[in-house]
Amino acid sequence: MDFLNALVVFLNFVFIPAAAYGAQLALGALGVTLIYGILRFSNFAHGDTMAFGTATVILLTWGLQAIGITAGPLPTALIALPFGIALTALLVLGTDRAVYKFYRRQKAAPIILVMASVGVMFVMNGLTRLLIGVDEYRFDDGARFIMDVRTFREMTGLPEGLALRSTQALTLVVAVIVVVVLFWFLNRTKSGKAMRAYSDNEDLALLSGIDPERVVRLTWIIAAGLATIAGTLYGLDKSFKAFNYFQILLPIFAAAIVGGLGNPVGAIAGGFLVAFSEVAVTYPWVKVVGYLAPWYEPGGLMQLLGTEYKFAVSFVILIVVLLFRPTGLFRGKSV
Amino acid sequence: MATNRQAATSSSPWRAPILFAVLAALFVLEGTVRNSMFSGSWNTSLAILNMGLISAITALGVNMQWGYAGLFNVGVVGFLAMGALAPVLISLPPVEGAWQAGVPRLLLALVVGLGTLAMAKLAWTRTRSGIVVTVVLIAGFVAYRWLFDPAVTAIEANNPARNGNIGGLGLPVLFSWLVGGLFAAAAAWAVGKVALGLRSDYLAIATLGIGEIIVAIMKNEDWLARGVKNITSIPRPVAQEVDLQQNPDFVDFATGWGFPAAEASGIWVKLSYMSLFLVVLLIIILLAELALKSPWGRMMRAIRDNETAAEAMGKDVTRRHLQIFILGSAVIGVAGAMMVTLDGLLAPTSYNPLRYTFLIWVMVIVGGSGNNWGAVLGSVTIWFLWIKAEVWGPALIALLTGPLPDSAFKAHLLDSAPHMRFIAMGLVLLLVLRFAPRGLLPEK
Repeated sequence: MDFLNALVVFLNFVFIPAAAYGAQLALGALGVTLIYGILRFSNFAHGDTMAFGTATVILLTWGLQAIGITAGPLPTALIALPFGIALTALLVLGTDRAVYKFYRRQKAAPIILVMASVGVMFVMNGLTRLLIGVDEYRFDDGARFIMDVRTFREMTGLPEGLALRSTQALTLVVAVIVVVVLFWFLNRTKSGKAMRAYSDNEDLALLSGIDPERVVRLTWIIAAGLATIAGTLYGLDKSFKAFNYFQILLPIFAAAIVGGLGNPVGAIAGGFLVAFSEVAVTYPWVKVVGYLAPWYEPGGLMQLLGTEYKFAVSFVILIVVLLFRPTGLFRGKSV
Repeated sequence: MATNRQAATSSSPWRAPILFAVLAALFVLEGTVRNSMFSGSWNTSLAILNMGLISAITALGVNMQWGYAGLFNVGVVGFLAMGALAPVLISLPPVEGAWQAGVPRLLLALVVGLGTLAMAKLAWTRTRSGIVVTVVLIAGFVAYRWLFDPAVTAIEANNPARNGNIGGLGLPVLFSWLVGGLFAAAAAWAVGKVALGLRSDYLAIATLGIGEIIVAIMKNEDWLARGVKNITSIPRPVAQEVDLQQNPDFVDFATGWGFPAAEASGIWVKLSYMSLFLVVLLIIILLAELALKSPWGRMMRAIRDNETAAEAMGKDVTRRHLQIFILGSAVIGVAGAMMVTLDGLLAPTSYNPLRYTFLIWVMVIVGGSGNNWGAVLGSVTIWFLWIKAEVWGPALIALLTGPLPDSAFKAHLLDSAPHMRFIAMGLVLLLVLRFAPRGLLPEK
């Protein structure tokens, strides 16, 4: 019984939140890793692309709600999502035309592209503020819970409750769909194969008649889609605040590097690894230990690190990977 | 970098003096002319200049890393914050009762924490066994928390309304500027040791992380610098305005120049700060220029322009990179300490990466990477524009939207004028990077 209680507490406070957060990070890291694989630089503007995409989705959601369209039990944002993706894709394609294309032609050093992406980050940050401001918004509607604490207690008779919020379930379902579609695209379609070929060996791909500009355009569109989906899911699950999307950049980079930059499978694994470590390290374990080992009375909360330091966890993971395996767990691009 | 550098075109020798003269004219206008564009107050003008000089020192540090070695530091805000801790820990008077409350235990905890990391390193090099390292780390962590937690609780409980921190050593504040540089250098050593020698992007990402962590520590560790409760009353290296206003000699001197005493005292204090900052700035530029002209400087530029060739000549590229990264960060740390001294206040919540990291980058790129005078010119110019954009931005938008009828859209545009600054700065960075990558004052 105590073991079951401990398990329920663990699922409720650690496993489910970390799984949802991991899925969001994985989608973000997939975007970073794809851009890295094809365009060969770390895109610092990715966090703000997520913010911009989410901001357009929120505005469209409000518009839809104003004319009375909702998705029933699901959040209205799901209807707005495709349009948000389209707008974000237009923005990043425009950015590529105006900014990155020039450096690509020049074959500039990657660090110059990184710096240009910092400039783009600035502009996108300003655009997002212009669109929606700096305040915090909640835009989830529809059913809030699939399973709430009280129903669970009544069903099982356990004193501990388990809640599954609909946004968490939605995050996981959408993430699985997106990943399946993405891998199908990369592995089965001609365009996807062209992208992988270009990523593996640019010169060889050019010789085989692959149009590099088309590959780059496709990459940006997919990255914009991933960024908007990741951002919207994150915003639905927590709340939307433009600055948080700048801060999520670090866990996303950590996830992409842990998995190996340029390696999509690695990005997904990295996302979950970072999310689970972050939640596990900042969660006060005292309740779980109380059930498992009632004879042991710890003095404190048994929290390894305060929640305000949660990005220190991604940083430490990043450092350990850089020290011991700079190419990442799944062998990404060379160092 | 090599690919982005244009062929050196010989620029006019008058270019730098003219640009500096234009900049000086802007400050004089700000000080004397009172209209919709300028405030006509010397106090405002000098306040902008002082902060501009501090930005210039920060930019010099960044310029050493980027301009001399091509290292992209995205954690400038963290190194500034590291330096900002120095005036608090060095020059504030000691807090009564803190030592008895648990400072020795706290220091012991920090030594144990650092010792654990060193032991783990040693264990790894000696045994290459992950299990041993893990055991060392876990044991060290438990010991650290056992020492650290009660000490912090005791210190923070000591007169929490006024103190609750460990206080400082009561040493002169000017000395703390040097210590600020040392603090930042220590942080830079730790990051650089790990991230240098790998892909160039990794240093950028690692510095982004360390920047956020340092600021988070400053916000949350109340024992260190009172966290978000802020530290005020940091000792000043110059006179207080109030003392000057009560000094009859000074009042006579001020009226002789035709200024009321209140205004004159503000100007006097700001001029004193300005002189201090100028001295530091000139010393740093002198040292930097001497270093750049020495064999060491030639080696650095050789490494920057062609790493492979320099490595083939037997230069230890990673080691040199670490060296310049630490030096540059130390300069940033000095600037951080100076900034806190100027404000007289340490407010951790104000350390925003957009303002302190990316704005500094715009300054360096606009000024001309690799050129120290360019970094100074770029910093003061961009800082002036950044401050004035607060006034000019809304005015410009009001002018542009003038013909529009009053509507919610127009109100939204007027409200969002402050956000336009970010777009403008981003555009400036992108445009300079693309069309004039050598900046206002190109490297010679």
